[in-house]
Amino acid sequence: MYPPTGCYGAPPQQQSYPTIPAHSTPAPHKAPITNSAHSANYYQSNHQQQQHHHQLPQHHVAPSQYSAPSSSVPPSQPHPTLHSSVPPPSNAQYNQQQHPPYATPGSYYGQQSYHSQQQQQQQQPNLVPAPAGGPGAPLYPIVSYPSAPGSSQYGTLSSSQSTSAPGVPPTQMGAPLHQYSTSRPAPTTAVQPGYSVAPTSQLGPTVNGQGSTVHQHYDQSHQASLSYDSYGRVTHSSGGADADRPPSGTPSTSVHSSPGHHQGVQYGYVANSGASSASATTSGPAAAPLSSSSEDDDDDEEEDEEAGGDTSSSSTGSASPVPNSYDSLEGGNYPDSMPPSNDMTNQAAPYGSYGYPSMEPAYQQGPASHTDSSPSHDLYSQSSYQQYSQPFPNLSQLSAALGGLSGVPELEVEALRPVNLLQERNLLPPRPLEAPEPNLSPDLKKVNCSPHTFRCTLTSIPQTQALLNKARLPLGLLLHPFRDLQQLPVITSNTIVRCRSCRTYINPFVTFLDQRRWKCNLCYRVNDVPDEFMYNPVTRSYGEPHKRPEVQNSTVEFIASSDYMLRPPQPAAYLFVLDVSHNAVEAGYLKYFCELLLDNLDKLPGDTRTRVGFLTFDNTIHFYNLQEGLSQPQMLVVSDIDDVFIPSHDSLMVNLKESKELVKDLLTSLPAMFSQSRETHSALGPALQAAFKLMSPTGGRVTVFQTQLPTLGAGALQSREDPNQRSSTKGVQHLGPATDFYKKLALDCSGQQIGVDLFLLSSQYADLASLSCISKYSAGSIFYYPSFHYIHNPAQLEKFQRDLERYFTRKIGFEAVMRIRCTKGLSIHTFHGNFFVRSTDLLSLANVNPDSAFAVQMSIEDSLADSSLACFQAALLYTSSKGKRRIRVHTLCLPVVNQLSDVYAGADVQAVTCLLANMAIDRSISSSLSDARDALVNAVVDLVSAYKSNVSNLQQSGLVVPAAMRLFPVYILSLLKQKALRTGTSTRLDERVFAMCEFKTQPLQQLMRMVHPDLYRLDNMSDQGALHLNDTVVPQPHLLHLSAERLSRDGAFLMDCGYVFYLWIGKCCSEVFIRDVLGCPNYASIPPNMSHIPELETPLSERVRAFLDWLQDNRAFSSMIHIVKDDASAKATFFQHLVEDRSESASSYYEFLQHIQQQMSK
Amino acid sequence: MAFTFAAFCYMLTLVLCAALIFFVIWQIIAFDELRTDFKNPIDQSNPTRARERILNIERICNLLRKLVVPEYSIHGLFCLMFMCAGEWVTLGLNIPLLFYHLWRFFHRPADGSEVMYDPVSVMNADILNYCQKESWCKLGFYLLSFFYYLYSMVYALVSF
Repeated sequence: MYPPTGCYGAPPQQQSYPTIPAHSTPAPHKAPITNSAHSANYYQSNHQQQQHHHQLPQHHVAPSQYSAPSSSVPPSQPHPTLHSSVPPPSNAQYNQQQHPPYATPGSYYGQQSYHSQQQQQQQQPNLVPAPAGGPGAPLYPIVSYPSAPGSSQYGTLSSSQSTSAPGVPPTQMGAPLHQYSTSRPAPTTAVQPGYSVAPTSQLGPTVNGQGSTVHQHYDQSHQASLSYDSYGRVTHSSGGADADRPPSGTPSTSVHSSPGHHQGVQYGYVANSGASSASATTSGPAAAPLSSSSEDDDDDEEEDEEAGGDTSSSSTGSASPVPNSYDSLEGGNYPDSMPPSNDMTNQAAPYGSYGYPSMEPAYQQGPASHTDSSPSHDLYSQSSYQQYSQPFPNLSQLSAALGGLSGVPELEVEALRPVNLLQERNLLPPRPLEAPEPNLSPDLKKVNCSPHTFRCTLTSIPQTQALLNKARLPLGLLLHPFRDLQQLPVITSNTIVRCRSCRTYINPFVTFLDQRRWKCNLCYRVNDVPDEFMYNPVTRSYGEPHKRPEVQNSTVEFIASSDYMLRPPQPAAYLFVLDVSHNAVEAGYLKYFCELLLDNLDKLPGDTRTRVGFLTFDNTIHFYNLQEGLSQPQMLVVSDIDDVFIPSHDSLMVNLKESKELVKDLLTSLPAMFSQSRETHSALGPALQAAFKLMSPTGGRVTVFQTQLPTLGAGALQSREDPNQRSSTKGVQHLGPATDFYKKLALDCSGQQIGVDLFLLSSQYADLASLSCISKYSAGSIFYYPSFHYIHNPAQLEKFQRDLERYFTRKIGFEAVMRIRCTKGLSIHTFHGNFFVRSTDLLSLANVNPDSAFAVQMSIEDSLADSSLACFQAALLYTSSKGKRRIRVHTLCLPVVNQLSDVYAGADVQAVTCLLANMAIDRSISSSLSDARDALVNAVVDLVSAYKSNVSNLQQSGLVVPAAMRLFPVYILSLLKQKALRTGTSTRLDERVFAMCEFKTQPLQQLMRMVHPDLYRLDNMSDQGALHLNDTVVPQPHLLHLSAERLSRDGAFLMDCGYVFYLWIGKCCSEVFIRDVLGCPNYASIPPNMSHIPELETPLSERVRAFLDWLQDNRAFSSMIHIVKDDASAKATFFQHLVEDRSESASSYYEFLQHIQQQMSK
Repeated sequence: MAFTFAAFCYMLTLVLCAALIFFVIWQIIAFDELRTDFKNPIDQSNPTRARERILNIERICNLLRKLVVPEYSIHGLFCLMFMCAGEWVTLGLNIPLLFYHLWRFFHRPADGSEVMYDPVSVMNADILNYCQKESWCKLGFYLLSFFYYLYSMVYALVSF
């Protein structure tokens, strides 16, 4: 997707940009966070409001403190008039600067847009976070120079703020789209030189150009990001995205780097993968995730807003889940960036099970021989397969060479190779499975959407519903639309080009009939190309609409014009609803919550308008008046839970900047305040109603912490779980909600753009099935910590802390809607995930977070025979935490096929599994658990029989499936053994329901790791095939099947379950390993609850840690590691993940296959 | 000319059947309204529209749900009356629908709180399509049975 250079036709500039300096620089310009200076006067109006003292309602029991607040003053709208009164200093300057000298029509265009922006500013002051006229906020010395010739709106960059030396209060000129071209001295001088490449008018692959930039520096902590601006600017003017491109010829760089890496990326512009890899390189894996997160965040946000600056925008601290493959797929730029996957395959043995390479020892069939994880099957290693045994890179090149719709024969043949499951037992590839590549021409492949964002169960779309039915596979999409991206072209333009009939955004898969017309790829309507679009900001040339960034990238972000909003974008608003009943105090979460929030207060995504509020509850509801000017927070108690009212409208949700001291006070004192609480009841329902009322005017995010079953007021619940039924093999009752109170409230919240996130920390049954509704339908997320206790359960505590840290700092989008469009003939019929379905193709998301994913099921209504491609477009419109309306558009293009064998060849077994899991969850709630389990088993039976009767012409007995689907039965068996769907094993109802919620919202990669963990042997890792990142070597051990027979007593095995790693140490594990990695002298001395790997200086330890860090890099939430000893009781938790083995109540993989076979013969 | 109980049944059902037809037509309109949300596609993405839209969906779903019991009970009444009147043929024609209604009513999602037309799921296209189809089928059935009842009524009145 991010077009490789080749695609652009322009060779990357060969200047090797010193990416490294970029990295090293952040420190210098990271200014201390001293926002206080300018926090001042956003809300002056509030003060006035305080004068309206109001009679308190009678029924409201107010404690003594509660006197001041006015109760019925209408909620203050943030920043009402102030803005206008404070003329954004930047405006004037903006005006001057933008006079692109070039006389092409393009320039006209650039200018035009510029002006309109201005108007927008004036009309909607709110949109422009004007610099607070705080004391001493100097105007920025903005030196804006006309941009380099030809720099239009796109080409330019905003210079502005960077001059503000550290210490200058961050006023910002947020005017959405100015671009300045600038030459203002950037503070980051160190880096600047590298980027200050003179503008070259290369056809840059750059998306940079688009630049619309919005620099919002809200506070000093963002100083660091200033430097980016400057880069951006420069880059812009240079027009070359290449500026950031890593020096070519660094094949070993890879993207899997530690979370810290995005800084690099950010500098680097670029739509090219090259850049990302470069960035990856620069960041040392050593950067501790936590430490880096803060700057990352800032950067991230900044980048985000400033977007246009250069194109590459956000990547958050935790990095996208699997950058590597992302790059490899999207980047295209193999020689340069050498994505790890290639890397591996280059050096490592070719995929064992794919390759059947001749070099491997012949594989003897029979159980005895599969100790080797890279088997070569005698059976298949006949000549016909040998040709496929080339190392992967060749494959990809080959496919590129042969590409085109005509097909890539070897890939296809390999995917279709019949696999007899009963005979072949080594099915796993040596490395975690990658998404299959759609069989498209290389050009399209290069620009196609990343499989991590957008994945289809069938990468070859069947032509008709009949064909789909024959294939017996579900057709659907798995989306992760808001995930953290390492680079993202951000585009600002006056008119966002969309199809006039179906409203599709223009994308790389449209066809240009001629210069003035394009044909929509979804509805085939022919549209005009608007004048503005004719100008290509990247190349600064006119008449090349097909070179525009929108048409070169399948993932882009537009900054929406005012057409897309009716009201001004809401400020970021966060309300924390905390359970402080006795139970909560016992569990002790409050202290950790407060500590973490204190630490992350400055990292909450937002701007100067950010509002926060707190609300605690037990059997009453406590509000906190944090109005600026008070000497300490005031607690207001409302005990009338039957008719909840808000005691004071303007002082409960306060501006974070202005009231930061009070907020800190409150957070410091909160844990002690309730330490003596003896109240055991919980009025969650009323507290949620209060939260709803409090947030209604603005919308925002409500975070609820709950530790027990709600027992009072509306929404009170009874315990429905019968502990004796936990291991029942019959149905499981009470998977649905007991009351519709939470669902209704969630709908109300959704209507007011309030998202509710639920943290449930309960040791007892808390009816998550009912409670989860509040988050499910308001697009929230759900976290569950069974048996949370701050002393007795350190593992949960640590997980809680890590999750919370990520939760506070991750990106957030407000007021979002997502629409999924597909090519005419396809239709979406069912959605899975947390949201409210507002219209048949429109999802309403009050909040959108980068960690939740969605799935949709589709059907084929009309034959797709008249086109060879099917496209899907997901457009997510949201308000960023900085108050910008943005549209993120992903487009996926897939080939349409009319042969059943092609459909099978393109099947994506992981996506199919995830979609089936979602469907099974729905089924188990609407019907019953056993129905859902049967349906899953039937899915396998259907597939095998369909394949047997329609495609396979071998008269083989046994279970034959196409190679592409060879892991399907294992995955289904794993699904059946998951907490969500298992029967017969004791499972608490809440845990089961939580597992179901996870299935619905986790992104595919994470879900697959949970369902089918990755098992590696660590004690004998070799450097063969290792990745070289920067200066660290990341070994790449092979995947093992999840079966106890793969374990051995003298080994150490790592199981990666997504949220948690288990390191299993065998009884006879070599002492060298134990000593070098765990720091214990021998096996016996390993402590039973060890949960970290000490940082030892031994090579073995370094390798193990490098591998762990590398695994960790790709995920949003950092995972825990548990050391499991062979004899410890904890090993049960480890062994329950060995899904191929028989467990007390579930069959082994072999038995499962036999069962399938029986079912088939029926 | 005999004003039998059967004739009375037919007259009554004739009237009620007209009511059912109105119900079903109303349902069809309601589903159509649910489906067509778009006046202005840009407007649709507006946060402020969301509230309105969600309220609208909830309102429609509530109304739809309110109509479920009357409709089903009226139809149940038909069957009861035809049974009493000994109109076995007519009863036989209605029995399948009766069973369908019973199934639909009792085979609801496990949560039990919402019968059908759950605002959070009704917008899923498969559910909406199903509901729409169901309404059209019922409309056809009721219309046909309306004329059948009319004919039967006249027949019952005229015979003897």
